[in-house]
Amino acid sequence: MISSGQARLVAREEAALKWMSVSRVVKETLDTYTIYLKPKAGERFSFKPGQFNMLYAFGVGEVPISISGDPEDRDNVAHTIRAVGAVTNSLTRLREGGRVGVRGPFGRGWPMEEAMGKDIVIVAGGIGLAPLRPVVYQLISKRQDYGKVFILYGARTPNDLLYKKELKSWKGRMDMDVLVTVDKGDETWKGNVGVVTMLFDYVKLDPDNTYAFVCGPEIMMRFTVINLKNKGLPDDKIFLSMERNMKCGIGICGHCQFGPYFVCKDGPVFRYTQVKNFFGRHEF
Amino acid sequence: MSGKERPLLINAQDFDGLLSSLKKLGYTTYGPTVRDGAVIYDVVDSANDLPIGIGDVQGPGSYRLRRREDGALFGYVVGPHSWKRFLHPPTVKLYTISSNGKILASVENANQKMAFLGVRPCELQAIRILDKVLLEGEYPDPVYAARRKDVFLLAVNCVEPGENCFCASMGTGPEAKEGFDLCLTELLRPEGHSFLVKVGTEKGKELISSVPHRQANDDEIELASKLLALSRERMKKKIEINGLKDLLYRNLEHPHWDEVAKRCLACGNCTMVCPTCFCTTVSEATDLFLKHAERWRRWDTCFSREFSYIHGGPIRYSISARYRHWLMHKMATWVDQFGTPGCVGCGRCITWCPVGIDITEEVKQIGKRDGEVKVKVE
Repeated sequence: MISSGQARLVAREEAALKWMSVSRVVKETLDTYTIYLKPKAGERFSFKPGQFNMLYAFGVGEVPISISGDPEDRDNVAHTIRAVGAVTNSLTRLREGGRVGVRGPFGRGWPMEEAMGKDIVIVAGGIGLAPLRPVVYQLISKRQDYGKVFILYGARTPNDLLYKKELKSWKGRMDMDVLVTVDKGDETWKGNVGVVTMLFDYVKLDPDNTYAFVCGPEIMMRFTVINLKNKGLPDDKIFLSMERNMKCGIGICGHCQFGPYFVCKDGPVFRYTQVKNFFGRHEF
Repeated sequence: MSGKERPLLINAQDFDGLLSSLKKLGYTTYGPTVRDGAVIYDVVDSANDLPIGIGDVQGPGSYRLRRREDGALFGYVVGPHSWKRFLHPPTVKLYTISSNGKILASVENANQKMAFLGVRPCELQAIRILDKVLLEGEYPDPVYAARRKDVFLLAVNCVEPGENCFCASMGTGPEAKEGFDLCLTELLRPEGHSFLVKVGTEKGKELISSVPHRQANDDEIELASKLLALSRERMKKKIEINGLKDLLYRNLEHPHWDEVAKRCLACGNCTMVCPTCFCTTVSEATDLFLKHAERWRRWDTCFSREFSYIHGGPIRYSISARYRHWLMHKMATWVDQFGTPGCVGCGRCITWCPVGIDITEEVKQIGKRDGEVKVKVE
């Protein structure tokens, strides 16, 4: 019981740690899993494409993970997690019924409203497709609200491609262009080989009417921005999702500071004009 | 309070009365005291706990106490502690979590009353800065909010600057202009030891009325302002604040970052003693049976490699980049984030740097070779 003489250490609802249980696990690649979480009975979860949650593995720790599911499905909260550290290893070992602590959603997402009526080019590298999948869901569900849609996706190898089934179904749609490439093919791969920016050769963008949503490793985003600018896209129509170490998710721990911003609350999605003086700068 | 009212005067021996009145009002009284050869901040029960007749000698990477010839109560400047340790404690337990799923979010006593005695003008500004960061953002920090709610600020002006002080150039001292309940200027005269008192708030007015006081006369007011003018003049270090933000933004690539890195040990002392550095990390503590986990927040430093770690490695793996990050934040990006620099000119980072890296010097060096490395800034 909290008496009147005590102050809660958690001031806002989304900042409170709560449990969700794993309802489904999809193995995407050798080390990457999509974990679907179910909110407590009677509760529903809403978020905006591009936002993230802080996920807590009991006894191990907490990490920021972008939400990779359908914003309209408020009963299954998806996170695509690559096992790269102690917490993500622990989270990806969870199976149905497992428990995950959740704080969130946090951060500013993609400019879905601002981009209404415009063409959209999504450029994703590797696991960078995860925070963009909610965008694709939303574009499909509100297809008439947007112009042409291009998805350019690159991964290291065919085995590293995420959401393979969905990629296939997106490719099958007549109302969007989906191009995929890998850095290195294998004997079964019949698609493009090369970095994601080479896919720009195959699409015709209307520079005056296109919004670009970009997420991937920083080096990939750097070259993507160069390509977009070469295509004539203005800086203020390019959006990037940044990644930095985070401990709190709410702008008080200082870890994700990036120039005059905290990535957790001012981002993770930034308009390129906001960050261009720092973006891509070595060790910044 | 208009602040235009005539200052008051109390005798030094009545300082104790202020302290006991604060205690009667329910405040825990914190103030300077000597421990381990340094003036630190802790609970003080009476004026006798203060460093009476103690002074300090500071330099880059050096700090020594000295005995003064007089019985000054505040004859030293800032030591390794700052008030952030009470408002934003070094360690806080956030959660206790059981393997059966029970989450116990920690609570903070919302009725705590703290009185800070001997708060220097630069430290008042540091508290204002912490308010901005931890209280006035989108997600106020509940720990800070609970602790900050009822703080009595008894400030003391700095009539003798320390060797590493540069508050005058930062515009934060040596005289407190606002943000205090009471502000004292210590007057050591042949005719007696006293304090000139400025009242900042109703709370301060009530407190001062609990001890014998009178209106200060013209001589006393003039003496105090002379002392403060002299203090400003005697302050050796300074930073040119005009244009500093742009200077640093222009020099993100500059040979001096690497030169500092040759000396910097990346120990993080500067961030621990800094009265405004607020960064924290969270660590997990579990029992051996994994039945019980606790999440603890503790001060962190941007000088560690782990601070910027993301999968694959740290963003800032060189010390040069970490020093740049820290200095840029203090003097440039902080201004864009919170409206003022994150530096108050207290000089602690200079004193407590084991190799004596001096922020005022480093900034000068950057200015000297401004624009030597051309950086495209659009």
